[in-house]
Amino acid sequence: MGFPGRPLPAGQAQDRALKLVSDELSDKGFVVANLDRVINWARTGSLWPMTFGLACCAVEFMQTIASRYDIDRIGMVPRASPRQSDVIIVAGTLCNKMAPAFRRVYDQMPEPRYVISMGSCANGGGYYHYSYSVVRGCDRVVPVDVYVPGCPPTAEALLYGIMQLQRKIRRTGTIAR
Amino acid sequence: MDTAGLRDLGKHIAASLSDYVHEAEVERDELVIAARADQVDRVLKFLKDDRRCRFEQLIDLCGVDWPERDPRFDVVYHLLSLSHNRRLRLKVGVNEDQPVPSAVAVYPSAGWWERETWDLYGIHFAGNPDLRRLLTDYGFDGHPLRKDFPLTGYVEVRYDSEQKRVVYEPVKLTQEFRRFDFLSPWEGASYPLPGDEKAEGEEREQ
Repeated sequence: MGFPGRPLPAGQAQDRALKLVSDELSDKGFVVANLDRVINWARTGSLWPMTFGLACCAVEFMQTIASRYDIDRIGMVPRASPRQSDVIIVAGTLCNKMAPAFRRVYDQMPEPRYVISMGSCANGGGYYHYSYSVVRGCDRVVPVDVYVPGCPPTAEALLYGIMQLQRKIRRTGTIAR
Repeated sequence: MDTAGLRDLGKHIAASLSDYVHEAEVERDELVIAARADQVDRVLKFLKDDRRCRFEQLIDLCGVDWPERDPRFDVVYHLLSLSHNRRLRLKVGVNEDQPVPSAVAVYPSAGWWERETWDLYGIHFAGNPDLRRLLTDYGFDGHPLRKDFPLTGYVEVRYDSEQKRVVYEPVKLTQEFRRFDFLSPWEGASYPLPGDEKAEGEEREQ
């Protein structure tokens, strides 16, 4: 049985593939799949974000969570604890005073962990680039996977960034990160 | 606006506290009082308790930096009287090395505002029970809202992967400070700026 490289769109082809899998399951009691693909499917399908809103970008982050864009659809449930999160979305201005706390939160996240830098301030200081109290980009403190531009980025832009992260995870395709 | 009432109140305050208050006038329909910095707690106590004043609420307390003036700073108190539906602004001029008596005994809400003013301007408030920095980073050096504080400060942070912690380093800007505003009307203009004539113009209607 062939396993397609990317998710099948809904339709006859998908129905046929699903029927193949369920037939095999009822016939033999197990199915064979590529482990890395299953792991990537699981990782991209349940990216739990750490609730880490720092400034106005957090409002757009909330929009993304809320019913219109509803990241629950793609298995994203905002978590209040870094120990339960897979991705941290830096939504807002990262200040010098916050930087050690932010790094600690990041350090507490279990591997594999991902970082989405949301908005101009988190990307490079943005409006506050020359300020005495703002970190000039959150990549000075943690490694960043996806940068979402905007001030603040729209909910669509963040959703697109999340989808880019999913693509990145799928493309990287390794079990250990 | 009840400008006449404010004028009366200003006269009353100036007369009752003639030793401490050296100016009481109505500016743009608002009563502004200038007082001696070392007696500001007594002035506030009077403004709160006097029957004609009754300024029960401290709305705001903040600082102003005038780098070229002799008392370098102003501490500004905004008061509200719910009983009389009136507001009042109290200003005291103060120097860097001169402590201002804390208003905490009169208005307990002044505590954090005094901390903030101390943090950002370096104005000392004598008698504040907890005069720590409020907003700036732990171990911050300097008072950022002073006009001589550099915009970019002195230190910046980054994560050091060898020491496994966030470290502080002297500021190193990878990009020069940029000014896009080449023809700003706000700097160095010798002609009256649009809108300024309103401030200098005819006396406002009372």
